[in-house]
Parts: sequence; C-alpha cells; structure tokens
Amino acid sequence: MNIIVCVKQVIDPEAPPASFKIDTEHNKADMHGAPPVIDPYGEYAVEAALRLKEANGGTITIMVMGVNLLREVVKKPLAMGADELILLEDEAFTKGDGWSTAQALALAIKKKGDYDLILCGREASDTNAGQTGLAIAEILGLSCINLARKIEVADSTLKVERVNLSGYDVIESSLPAVITISNEVGEPRYPTIKGIMAAKKIEPVIWKPNDIGLDAHASVKTKLHRLFQPVHEGKCEFAEGDTEEEMAVNLANKLRESKTI
Amino acid sequence: MMSDNTGVAVYCEIKDDKIMPIAAEGLGVGRKLADSLGQELAAVILGSGVGTYAQQAIEYGADKVYVVDDAQVKEYQPDVYVSVLENAAKKIKPQIVIMGQTDAGREIAPRMAYRLETAAILDCVDLDIDSDTKRLLQTKPVYGGNAQAVFVNETDPQIATIRTKAMEALEPDASRKGEVVNIPAEIDAAALKTKIVQRVAEEVAGIKIEDASIVVSGGRGIGSVEGFKQLEELATLMKGALGASRPPCDNNWIPETAQVGLTGKIIAPDVYIAVAISGSSQHMSGCSGAKTIVAINKDKEANIFRYARYGVVGDWKKVLPAFTEKLKELMAS
Ligand SMILES: Cc1cc2nc3c(=O)[nH]c(=O)nc-3n(C[C@H](O)[C@H](O)[C@H](O)COP(=O)(O)OP(=O)(O)OC[C@H]3O[C@@H](n4cnc5c(N)ncnc54)[C@H](O)[C@@H]3O)c2cc1C
Repeated sequence: MNIIVCVKQVIDPEAPPASFKIDTEHNKADMHGAPPVIDPYGEYAVEAALRLKEANGGTITIMVMGVNLLREVVKKPLAMGADELILLEDEAFTKGDGWSTAQALALAIKKKGDYDLILCGREASDTNAGQTGLAIAEILGLSCINLARKIEVADSTLKVERVNLSGYDVIESSLPAVITISNEVGEPRYPTIKGIMAAKKIEPVIWKPNDIGLDAHASVKTKLHRLFQPVHEGKCEFAEGDTEEEMAVNLANKLRESKTI
Repeated sequence: MMSDNTGVAVYCEIKDDKIMPIAAEGLGVGRKLADSLGQELAAVILGSGVGTYAQQAIEYGADKVYVVDDAQVKEYQPDVYVSVLENAAKKIKPQIVIMGQTDAGREIAPRMAYRLETAAILDCVDLDIDSDTKRLLQTKPVYGGNAQAVFVNETDPQIATIRTKAMEALEPDASRKGEVVNIPAEIDAAALKTKIVQRVAEEVAGIKIEDASIVVSGGRGIGSVEGFKQLEELATLMKGALGASRPPCDNNWIPETAQVGLTGKIIAPDVYIAVAISGSSQHMSGCSGAKTIVAINKDKEANIFRYARYGVVGDWKKVLPAFTEKLKELMAS
C-alpha cells in the first residue's frame, strides 16, 4: 500500500486573529510574529495515511509544493511517521492558481509513480479552495472521494466513509484513488522523539519545474482581483450590573425590549 | 478567454420535495447577474420524476428550465452527476454557472470545471458583474475567514458555488412564465468509478441546527457534558437548537454534527447565543451570518464581542442560570 499525501506549508491559522495582516499591494497575507506551520487539514490526511500504513503496511510519501519551505516545518509529517519527502520548491510553482497547483502535483505524482492512494486535506487553511484533491483525480483520471472520515482497504477494494451534512455515505472504489480527508477522521498524532530523530536523517528530494516536465507557461484561469479584511466594528452593547446574576437579568431584559427574542 | 457562451445557469438541487433554499438563493443572485448582463437565467434540475419542480424554478426567477428526468439520476452519485452536468453545460453553453456549496456542489463544481477546461470558485459570499469587463467578480472568504478574496475567472463558463444564506432568494411569483426543456441524461458507464453502498443518517433529535431560528452554542469554556446540558435547557426553552465550537466536539461533550464553523455547519439563525466561545475566524465563518449575535464570555477582549450585538462579561456558570431563569419569566408573561 503506497500512499502519497499532498500537504502544504501555511501561515498559522490558529494564531490570534489580531496578528493577521494583509499586504494589499502584493495581495498577500501574513500572521505577524507567528511562524508557518504544516496545514492542519493536511495533517489529518497524514494521520489517515499513517493509520492505513499501520493496517496494511507500505510507504508514505509526503509531497509539499511552495517556496521558502522551512525544513523543520515540512519534516513534521516524517516525524509523525511518514517515510519520504518530496519538495516541489520553486518560485514558478507559486505563480499560478488552483488548477496549475493541481497540474504540477499531478505531474509530480506521475513522475513518482507506484502509488495506490493519493490523500489530500479537504481544503488548505489559507486558500480554503477545496479543489486540489478533486482536480488531481480528474487530471489523472482516478476515482475520487471527497471528505472522508474513515478508510479501509480489503482485497484492493477501498471502503470509505464520506461525511455529509446529515451523516455519512459508505463508498466503495477500486485502487488507485484520490481521497480528500476531513477533520472527522480524528486528531492527528503528535510526533514522537524517536520520530523526530528519524525525520532528521531523511533528506528531502527536491524537484524543480523541469524535473516534472512542467511548462513554465502553464495556463492560469483564475486571477486574484483583490484581497481584503472585512471590518467588524465592536458595536456590542454590554449588559451592566453589580453581579453576574444582575448582568444576566439585564441581558434578558435587553433581548426582550429589543424584540430579539 | 471570452467565448460565445451566454446566460446564467443555476443547478437546482431538490430535497424534501422542493427546490433547496440554497438553489432558490442561487436563482435569486442568478437573476440579478443575468439582468445586469442582459441575458437569460436558466435552471437545471436532475432526478427522477422531477419535472414538477420546473415551475418552482420559474417562480424563483428562471426563464428556462432544463430537466434531466431519468431513473439513473434518482439518487446523488458524484461520478454520474458530474458527467450529466458536464454534458448539460456543453449543451446550454452558459457564461456563468451557479451551484450551492452543498455536499454535492463542492465536489461537482471543481470536477466539472476541470472537464470544461475552466475554473470554479467555491463558497462565494458575493457575486457581481464587473461594470467594465462584464466578468463575474467572485468574493469568497479565505484564510479561515480572516480575509476575503475577489477572484475573476478568465475562461467560460465561470463556475461558482455560493454559501448558504449569503444571497437572497426572490419571493416566488406564481404568475411568472418560462420554458421547460427536457434533456437526456446520456450517462457514460465508463464514468462510474465509485459506488455508494450505504447512506447513513445521523440526525440529532429536535430542531435541526440549520433550520433553527435560535441557536445556543457552547465553546471550550463550557468544559463538560454537564455544561452542555445547561445550554440545552436554554435552547429548549427558546425552541432553538444546540451548537458548539470545535473543541467541545473534539472532546465528545456533544456530537460532531453540532459543530458550527468552516469545517462544520454554516448557519444564519436570527439569534446566535455564543457561550464561552472566543470567536476564532474559523468559528465565525459558520455563524457570522446570524442576524443578532449574543455573547457570554469572561474575557472582555474576546474576539466574539467584535461580532456580538449584546454581551455579558462574566463567568457563564453564574450568568447562564440567572439568564435562563429571567427568560423563562419573560416568556411566560
Ligand atoms: C483548519 C481549521 C479549521 C477549523 N474549523 C473550525 C470550525 O469549523 N469550527 C470551530 O469552532 N473551530 C474551528 N477551528 C478551531 C478554531 O481555530 C478555534 O481553535 C476554536 O474555534 C476555538 O474554540 P473556542 O472558542 O470554544 O475555544 P477557545 O478559543 O479556547 O475559547 C474559549 C473561550 O471561553 C471563554 N471562557 C472560558 N471559561 C469561561 C467561563 N467560565 N465563563 C465564560 N467564558 C469562559 C474564554 O474567555 C475564551 O474566550 C478550526 C481550526 C483550524 C486550524
């Protein structure tokens, strides 16, 4: 069972909202003072891969695309228990849109070859696009299951629980397949000391655009027109009182008077 | 780039014997876009025995309704639906396609976009036509709700899914007239790669959180299953539903289906009462559409107060019982 997991390095989505800043000139965002992290959605995909490896054996290859990839960040999935790391690290990879991202990853997956499953997070915590896994499946012509919370493999048949708004579907498919992982899969494990030591010894493989046969003028279909921060004015009316009980009573009165309830 | 595609097409999902509210919202915004382009608004309906819903789509603003009525599309199956809608788009050749950001829409839109050699933007909260270029401006939350991005697709059709309750449906008008066109499903058996072998509903008892006009939601500060029992008492009193931020779901104080936020339910009730919730961008993505937010939090600086209309700074353990008691009294009188 060979699994490729696509993850991303992102600005820390859990840093306090006040540290979030936008550089409007370059349409770029930053978490002021917080170092980048492995995308939490991608970590769920790594966790799902590790559980499959525990059940079925095999290897897990992590693929990370971007620039300024901090080794201690991108090695986290290795420290969690993955086996190999491929970095698609080049400015050219960051110029595109969702489709060119999926295109580059699909080319890299083809070059890597020998896979049974490709896992991605349900979306990335920066773009929240939710398209990469689905697009890779379309490009490679593979079966595609979105928002999985549980995966089992028996006799080279996949059985996947796919979450939906009112419960879940059980889906069967042949391999190879692309699956996007939802957070309902359960908390990603913490790296162990042993894992961290092992990860230190693994050298990432680095691929440039021409290593995967990527045309530098890959077609971009989507343009970012504007990036902005919606303003939320603090217009909160606080219920006053000498004790918390008094404040509570005043809150109830306020809601009634304003016909809120 | 520019194509000879024309018109706006809205994929209308059917649920519980009617066009889903989000599809009506899609037709509402679709009508506005079609009018500003001076083009036609089409609806697309898939299913078995669904011809009767065409009139509903017309009442909500469609000029033309394309119906794929076939036993093979009776139930949702992604591979089949993607392929049927891809074929429909090739026939209709719309400039803009709108779907709901539903379980189906979020996977159909990107897959269909790829096949049509175009792009999709998911979870849009605003759609507008650029007055100069006449292209679709698609606004969607990014960075977990910390920011919003406006995207422009350079290829047609420009495909967008819309966030629930972000756009308004028109009042249904029974006197509106429109044309109904039946199109064949033309399912390619080779397209079928996955099989749905079981559909499991995990419904929570009581009012569904998506449908509730009042939602009482608890966060990490609630601390226990017992704490949520107290919130439930308040929710029941107000005939509302119970919700939560992510930590209570992760800690099994309350089922996962109660999670509000980017990775949970996106809701827009009349009143959202957030108790011991800090107001992270990911959580607010799920509830900032509420008409009125009420917050109880011991930290005056908590982000939730930037969204709240009314608030109490205090320990919920002291505030909640007195609040519930007073409301009971007010509601009885
Ligand atoms: C990729 C990603 C996706 C996510 N998706 C979601 C999502 O869909 N939904 C979601 O909710 N979160 C989501 N999160 C998590 C999110 O970032 C926050 O961690 C989470 O929302 C915090 O929940 P909270 O406000 O309950 O907890 P905290 O941030 O810990 O806040 C607890 C609050 O309770 C208050 N409090 C504590 N004790 C008391 C008391 N006795 N009385 C009164 N107030 C008290 C505190 O002052 C504090 O403000 C996501 C995170 C990531 C990275």
